[in-house]
Amino acid sequence: MRENNQLINRLDWGTITLYFLLVSLGWLNIFAVVYDVQAEQSIFDLSLNSGKQLIWIGTAALLITLIMLVDFRFYNSFAYFFYGGIILILIFVLLFGREVAGSKSWFTIGAFRMQPSEFAKFATALAVAKYLSQNNRVFSNLKSQLTLFAIIGLPAILIILQGDTGTAMVYSAFVLVFYREGFSPLLLGIGIAAAILFVLTLYISQVYLIIAVVVTAFLLIGINTRKTKRIVTISVAAAAVISLIVSVDFVINDVLKPHQQNRIKALINPNGDPLGYGWNVTQSKIAIGSGGMWGKGFLQGTQTKFDFVPAQSTDFIFCTIGEEHGWMGSALLIVLFVLLLIRVTTIAERQKSSFARIYGYSVAAILFFHFAVNIGMTIGLFPVIGIPLPFFSYGGSSLWAFTVLLFILLKLDAHRMQVLTR
Amino acid sequence: MIYNNRKYVIRLTFILIAGIYLAKLFAIQVLNEDYEAKANSNIIDREIRYPFRGLIYDRNGKLVVYNAPVYNLEVIPKDVQLKDTLAFCKIVGITIEEFEEKMEKAKGYSYVKPSVFVKQISNTTFASMQDYLVDFPGFRVQARTNRAYTYRNLSNALGYIGEVSPYKLEQDTSNFYRQGDYIGILGIESKYEKQLRGKRGVKYKMVNVRGVEKGSYKDGTYDTLSIPGENLQSTVDISLQEYAETLMMGKRGSVVALEPKTGEILTFVSAPFYDPNLLSGRDYGKNYAELAADTAKPLFDRPLMGAFPPGSILKTVQALIGLQEGIITPYTRFRCDRSIIACHGPHTHEDLQGAIEVSCNPYFWNVYKRMLNRGVSENTFVDTEIGLEKWRNHVMSFGMGRPLGIDLPHERGGYVPAASLYDKIYGDNRWKFSTIYSNAIGQGELQVVPLQMANLAAIIANRGYYITPHLIKSIGEDGQPLEEYRTKNYTTVDKEHFDVVVDAMHQVVKRGTGSHRAKLKDIEVCGKTGTVQNSQGEDHSVFIAFAPKDDPQIALAVYVENAGQGARAAAGISGLMIEKYLKGCTDRPHMEEYILEGDFIY
Repeated sequence: MRENNQLINRLDWGTITLYFLLVSLGWLNIFAVVYDVQAEQSIFDLSLNSGKQLIWIGTAALLITLIMLVDFRFYNSFAYFFYGGIILILIFVLLFGREVAGSKSWFTIGAFRMQPSEFAKFATALAVAKYLSQNNRVFSNLKSQLTLFAIIGLPAILIILQGDTGTAMVYSAFVLVFYREGFSPLLLGIGIAAAILFVLTLYISQVYLIIAVVVTAFLLIGINTRKTKRIVTISVAAAAVISLIVSVDFVINDVLKPHQQNRIKALINPNGDPLGYGWNVTQSKIAIGSGGMWGKGFLQGTQTKFDFVPAQSTDFIFCTIGEEHGWMGSALLIVLFVLLLIRVTTIAERQKSSFARIYGYSVAAILFFHFAVNIGMTIGLFPVIGIPLPFFSYGGSSLWAFTVLLFILLKLDAHRMQVLTR
Repeated sequence: MIYNNRKYVIRLTFILIAGIYLAKLFAIQVLNEDYEAKANSNIIDREIRYPFRGLIYDRNGKLVVYNAPVYNLEVIPKDVQLKDTLAFCKIVGITIEEFEEKMEKAKGYSYVKPSVFVKQISNTTFASMQDYLVDFPGFRVQARTNRAYTYRNLSNALGYIGEVSPYKLEQDTSNFYRQGDYIGILGIESKYEKQLRGKRGVKYKMVNVRGVEKGSYKDGTYDTLSIPGENLQSTVDISLQEYAETLMMGKRGSVVALEPKTGEILTFVSAPFYDPNLLSGRDYGKNYAELAADTAKPLFDRPLMGAFPPGSILKTVQALIGLQEGIITPYTRFRCDRSIIACHGPHTHEDLQGAIEVSCNPYFWNVYKRMLNRGVSENTFVDTEIGLEKWRNHVMSFGMGRPLGIDLPHERGGYVPAASLYDKIYGDNRWKFSTIYSNAIGQGELQVVPLQMANLAAIIANRGYYITPHLIKSIGEDGQPLEEYRTKNYTTVDKEHFDVVVDAMHQVVKRGTGSHRAKLKDIEVCGKTGTVQNSQGEDHSVFIAFAPKDDPQIALAVYVENAGQGARAAAGISGLMIEKYLKGCTDRPHMEEYILEGDFIY
């Protein structure tokens, strides 16, 4: 009893408050989406998404209790066990799962459907934390680095095979963790530069980009012609950049599936086909943009309620905030998320064990990726990638998965004083 | 920890992204107002509440034009599930090809929004298909109204309504009309469009992405009710109109009758005529094409547009101008010298009244000569020109030479020859009285339309003034015609000169050049015949008249094409019209028979 009291006192209540706020606001907004003026409805009605979400929230509370009751050392010790288990489940789903909206990522128990790929995130985070904390100087050892990338690559590939590229892309968020742990910023920079270049080729003609690269290369060589090695390096780099530029067309037209091509097209020019591939982005922006400064008021939105916005209660839940609560509401939500992210990194930084710190950064990275991509796509800054807004979007799997992800960290944090620094 | 500063880089990244998003959100939510408009156009469906178009009654309160329900069949292509397209086409009354064409068009407009599939299904057709419609999801019926007519008469004055043309839409700066709206195209419907059309109401509904209704927008705050158009009371006596049209059956020409004191038009016939119901409803296009192709030109509104020389009826005007100018007195006599101009009938040396009575051509040749050549200039040519302009001024004060200003579109003004015309034809100072003397007896270059002839009869009946003829005597509850139909227009001839002409016209009917056909037992009818020479065929028969002589209730002009002497067809019809109007019935069946038979050339 005394120990439990101490646990409650040691918990980070700031994070819990933010969690509670986000979950409650999400629940209210899910009700706003399904609310029908003409029907008398209760937010608790179990036939509505809002009623169901309340069940998920209740069961999430049970999960939290369970996490708190288990010994904190368990998560470290059983990290690989979790990871191995989830990989097996992912393979199982791939073989026997049920296909929903083009993704074979669901399996069904009775009336409930679960999406194991959501839970693979926290398991992978545990495994990454475990591996990094056990192996020093990973980032100066190529073999260790490959193992590390394999740990995050394996679930990602399985999820891609399930047909859910969006969820798989979340695993790229671990790069942020690696950066914090000493991963070379040069490689990271090259990655970001390549991404920027990729986007540039979508907007600017290939020919101009290639000319720009060649001119830049000659200028660089011209400054310092004496060193042959430098000339070779620059030439190789220029050739790599040019081949990347040339490959973009190939990637878009031959590697990406048609619906993925359309999402990129929609990002560049949603007005190109506002009723076709541009529909989602166009309507999402209309819903958010029509909210104005203060919004139309709770339950007063029209665009989401009348189905103009697709997937309103899941991936596009942010539209409801934007429409009903305006810029002020959107800003409040964004501030809440940023506070949560900073709080999580603060928690991570104060850990004595590197396992808990790395796990903490994994939590922050995963939440950040979801937050940035989800909101970014609704306002036309990101291609449409179907991933939920943490704690906010409707859905049991995602709420449970994010709850588990966050509260394992809080459990570890509550016991940080009991860890001896290695 | 090593890499300690990286934690700041990471947090900065969070804040940077959040900042970018807040800025972008500010841009689309607060700075850009387009999205609000787009959102509204997404969800707001304007349902127009069409007003009832004003009704038109005759002068005795009989309903002439009303609104009949018609039905538009609308389609929502998304919901259409036809098991048997052929059966559907049969019920609706279209061919398979038409069905496919209409469906393509509807899909082109919108897959989810309703659009008109078949327009203007009549009440009876609708009744027969109503029961089947439940079997055809995706189709629904919208009630609209169309114009319907109690009588088959007066179509030339009533005009018709039709869908507003793209040109009219472009011109409509007040943005009143939308595509598919109805607008008055001709006649009263066009002239009184503003009063008749009423005001449309709007109901704003919210719809979801599939076009399903989701309740009223903002609880109907912006909704407006439609305001029905104003009812009009016409000056026309529809029974008299009906009678006149019966008399004009099988003939070409016009009958225009006025109430002299008020300028109210009692009948307004253009023959041949057509049933106004033909230009209302679904077969409008087909019927219009047929009427337009008819060589008898039923769409040509003769009382307004059929300009021709007035003939002998102008002699009354010549006499009045002569008296006013003091160049003749009632006692002035001229010898009937048939070497200067042809004449007819046994007479030799008439005074003014007698000259009007027998329609003596040489008499008015002399009057006109005195008028044109007053000796104000040494030069005959200049003298004639001055005289002509003076004469023209007088004639125009009788409402000739310009449109009178009736409340109908497309009125023509006829023509009173000016010096400039003759200068153009013959050259400056190359013409004189002997060149243009035909005007003396209403031939030559002078042209009037039948409405102006009826107005002339009214002027003489009023002894010197007229109120512009009009067809609408009351708009809405007002009880008043438009402002311009309340003032008297005086001629340049003084009142006292009219008596002699009135007496002469009385004599014309009583014992003059025929015209016994207009003579009535208890009513003193005044009239004047005219026979308009026609180089293309038989002469046109003209008669103007008013009655009773001392308190005129009706003035009219009848004009029948290719019917020979004015004393026959035109005088006969005039007599019957006066009798019918003043007594309420006619008791001269032999005269009606004569007119209906229509055999006037003998």
